[in-house]
Amino acid sequence: MRFSLGRAALPIYAVLAFVYLLIPIAYTFVFSFNDTFKSNIVWRGFSFKNWLGVCNEQGVCEAFGNSILIGVVSTIIATALGTAIAIALVRYDFKFRSSVSLLLFLPMATPEIVLGAGLASQFFNMGAEKGLVTVIIAHVMFCLSFVVVTVKARVSSLDPALEEAGSDLYATPSKVFWKITFPLLMPGILAAALLSFALSFDDFIITNFNAGPLSTFPKFVYTAASKGIPAAANVVGSAVFLVAILIVVAVQVSSTIKERRLKAGK
Amino acid sequence: MATEFVARGSDLELVGIRKEFPGFTAIENLDLHIPAGEFFALLGPSGCGKTTTLRLVAGLEAPTAGKLLIGGKDVTSTKPHERPVNTVFQSYALFPHMSVLENVAFGLRQRKVEDPLKKATEALELVQLAHLAQRRPQQLSGGQQQRVALARALVNRPSLLLLDEPLGALDLKLRREMQIELKAIQMEVGLTFLHVTHDQEEAMDMADTVAVMNKGRIEQMGAPEALYDRPHTVFVAKFLGQSNLFIGDIVESSASSLSINVAGNKISVPKDRAEKHEGKIAIGVRPEKADLHQSKPAVSSNDNLIGPGEVLDIRFTGVSNQFLVEIPGIGQVTVFEQNEGNSTVALGDQVYVTWQVAHSFGLADLPDSVEE
Repeated sequence: MRFSLGRAALPIYAVLAFVYLLIPIAYTFVFSFNDTFKSNIVWRGFSFKNWLGVCNEQGVCEAFGNSILIGVVSTIIATALGTAIAIALVRYDFKFRSSVSLLLFLPMATPEIVLGAGLASQFFNMGAEKGLVTVIIAHVMFCLSFVVVTVKARVSSLDPALEEAGSDLYATPSKVFWKITFPLLMPGILAAALLSFALSFDDFIITNFNAGPLSTFPKFVYTAASKGIPAAANVVGSAVFLVAILIVVAVQVSSTIKERRLKAGK
Repeated sequence: MATEFVARGSDLELVGIRKEFPGFTAIENLDLHIPAGEFFALLGPSGCGKTTTLRLVAGLEAPTAGKLLIGGKDVTSTKPHERPVNTVFQSYALFPHMSVLENVAFGLRQRKVEDPLKKATEALELVQLAHLAQRRPQQLSGGQQQRVALARALVNRPSLLLLDEPLGALDLKLRREMQIELKAIQMEVGLTFLHVTHDQEEAMDMADTVAVMNKGRIEQMGAPEALYDRPHTVFVAKFLGQSNLFIGDIVESSASSLSINVAGNKISVPKDRAEKHEGKIAIGVRPEKADLHQSKPAVSSNDNLIGPGEVLDIRFTGVSNQFLVEIPGIGQVTVFEQNEGNSTVALGDQVYVTWQVAHSFGLADLPDSVEE
């Protein structure tokens, strides 16, 4: 077979694109096993010591814990509020509905640096002490829009007749919500929650403006980077990446099994 | 048990119901009484207000004015879940995240009826789907989903069962099968059925009483045979089956009949079959009541005779031949003849059309295209 440039171009391009995407991740992962001494820039040999002693580095685990706490709390608040807003926007007709829809897009379109600075000056005006609470308020604010957009798509695709059938079959409005609306929106709500956790967890700009002395994982890495990133940061980054991949694989596998079962039942 | 199972259906009464939506009025002023145990069909074209009527009865919409009574009890201001009414939705609206059995048991569980799964299984047996109880609705065919929706509503023994074009999504053969099955189930359970449809054959085939709706009003109501035999308005005459209409001023009025003159043809209608007795009126006849003649027949005063006219089109439908005849000054007339294998009429032939005066009907209004 003759070599054809046209035929080879696509695979070559695909491989290059993946290399480009994966190099930083691979670097982070590999160097989390570096047998470090002072800095983590030169490869000095394989070791588990960074993984085993991840909390030995001062401030890493505290920052990581704060990020998890902020992520979980703001995700819960943003998802609950956002879901309610999404249902209201799709199911109910009220004054200024389209303006509300438009306004919800604003935080997504506004540069983070502007949001962060604006919010910080508001907190300053109010005399609020910067810390955990102000960061959570800030994160809920920017996650909310993403939750609304994600859940709204799901609500729009939900046949209103299903909820009507529920109330027709003697279910009270709250039963209709918990037995019909909520389970059917679940995939959208889960996707929205994962998205807002991811957004919250790695937010640096807005957090930096509003956290005051509170340390978060992105803040820690940023500060540490000036004197060489500690290997513990590589460990935490790799661990988060592995957990995310595991979740995706688990979801894929379980949905494949479900689909097979459905087909087998036919 | 929260709500008792009713042994038999209840009366439904709509009194002066009006429903306005922003920009238009869906129902102008509706009075309707459906006796218990009856199979009642609301028939009309899309947008006539029939589905709105059904949603009002289910409680999914609130009327702008008027009262709604079920079994003599005013339910106008009650919520859907408080009404002893169940609906078979046009899209079936089966819950996709529950098994077929759980779908059927849903209403029973909400009312905390004892042994919901046993009763749900019995309902599935009624519609012959007990063997599919553990499936998800998405795994069923359209006809099976329709029957699950029916079982899900019937299992609650509602005072009133509402059917919103439940057969609309099925193909013709399945549709006919389901019509027979639905009618049989209604006879068996003895509930009051309110069936909304735009399919006139379906309405006439299944219902005890048919109400023809148009533009938010009931045009005419009665037994299917009566509606077909004596439509009162142009809309009913055209919507329920086919009709030939002749329009003219009354030229002769005897004790028992009225006659109009259309381009030299005298067309009569018995007085007791005419809604309007003066001025310009429309007289109609069903195509299958009319006969074709290749030469001018001798007729008595008991028959109407029009023609001659030219045969423009012959359509063979199997059971009957459908002739389209163009009569000068009158227009096109449709005649159905039984396919008895002896028709010699050909395209372009000159023919006469006759029918018994007793088969004419006189309408209360005139077609939109005709001025008073």
